[in-house]
Amino acid sequence: MILERVIDTVLVSIYRYNPEVDTKPSMQEYEVDLPEGKDLMVLDVLALVKEQDASVAYRRSCREGVCGSDGMNINGTNGLACITPLSAVGGPANKLVLRPLPGLPVIRDLVVDMAIFYQQFEKVRPYMINDAPAPAIERLQTPEDRAKLDGLYECILCACCSTNCPSFWWNPDKFIGPAGLLQAYRFLADSRDTATEERLSDLDDPFSVFRCRGIMNCVAVCPKGLNPTRAIGHIRSMLISQGT
Amino acid sequence: MVTNATSFSRSGLSDWIIQRFSAVILAAYTLFILAVLGATPELDYESWRAVFSNNPVRLFSIISLFALCGHTWVGMWTVGTDYLTGRQLGGNGTFIRLIYQSFCVLLIAVYLLWGIQIFWGS
Ligand code: SF4
Ligand code: SF4
Ligand code: FES
Repeated sequence: MILERVIDTVLVSIYRYNPEVDTKPSMQEYEVDLPEGKDLMVLDVLALVKEQDASVAYRRSCREGVCGSDGMNINGTNGLACITPLSAVGGPANKLVLRPLPGLPVIRDLVVDMAIFYQQFEKVRPYMINDAPAPAIERLQTPEDRAKLDGLYECILCACCSTNCPSFWWNPDKFIGPAGLLQAYRFLADSRDTATEERLSDLDDPFSVFRCRGIMNCVAVCPKGLNPTRAIGHIRSMLISQGT
Repeated sequence: MVTNATSFSRSGLSDWIIQRFSAVILAAYTLFILAVLGATPELDYESWRAVFSNNPVRLFSIISLFALCGHTWVGMWTVGTDYLTGRQLGGNGTFIRLIYQSFCVLLIAVYLLWGIQIFWGS
């Protein structure tokens, strides 16, 4: 039997911070009436909050889990607001606590500055490197080689994983973080890419890959069900066989 | 590539291998000591001394001591570069970390030399 949570109003507590006027962040509460018989997504609840108070700032675009712009901390767990139904949110049934993704500078309310996250992504050169002249139509790949990219290419760069990773909190400028490393492996694993060796030697320092402590906080929150820890393990094995 | 002057090896891979390899040695040594304790119900100074006057045991002990020191340095260096940084502590972070790292190196060196002296001198 599925236990349905019967709730008609929800108390939404939102992290508010506008650096231009506030000296420090604070939590602001809103009571939101929920339409009967519907399991709203957190993003829908935010829209209802915004009807009450237009000054609440958050990002969203696709509202269906493909753009990655509404990653936020929902009752303590990172996730995409648009595909997280209220019924799936942990914690007390009628309370919703929304904070920005942890570890990144806050621009305003739930909007964070992702610059450092993108810099780490850039570092892994997330594009195909192959200087051989391109064939007339396309570079072919066997179905088996193509299958190696499954579970890697689907990342939408929402940053839920990296901002849930303690190693990324402590060294966001040095540790590439789960999202970047997943993409690093996506190109290391691509049979059409020819820069494997250079890519690996760029990663063999004490921070870029090896700050991963394997606690799998990243895996626990990825809204696309991806597994950065496994990809990091593969990179480590490649480094070991290249470097020893 | 992230460079850092205080990481002696400069390579995450060698640090990682040192950490795993030394852990295996330390585990083996722990089992060995437990076995010695298990096999010697009446443990007194003389029998303990006899164990360590055996050259292979001394060698194993000294190798384990090196493993322990390597393991400790990689671990403490990692902890320091996680928590004792400018990002965590503000402007003085790097300075505080250097003091901490020097203290670790010194202490490890003292334990290493002292340990060798004990094992070799026994
Ligand atoms: S497994 Fe590695 S990358 Fe993932 S959260 Fe843990 S330390 Fe971070
Ligand atoms: S791996 Fe998952 S959680 Fe991390 S950025 Fe990609 S989609 Fe988001
Ligand atoms: S709005 Fe695009 S992923 Fe949620």
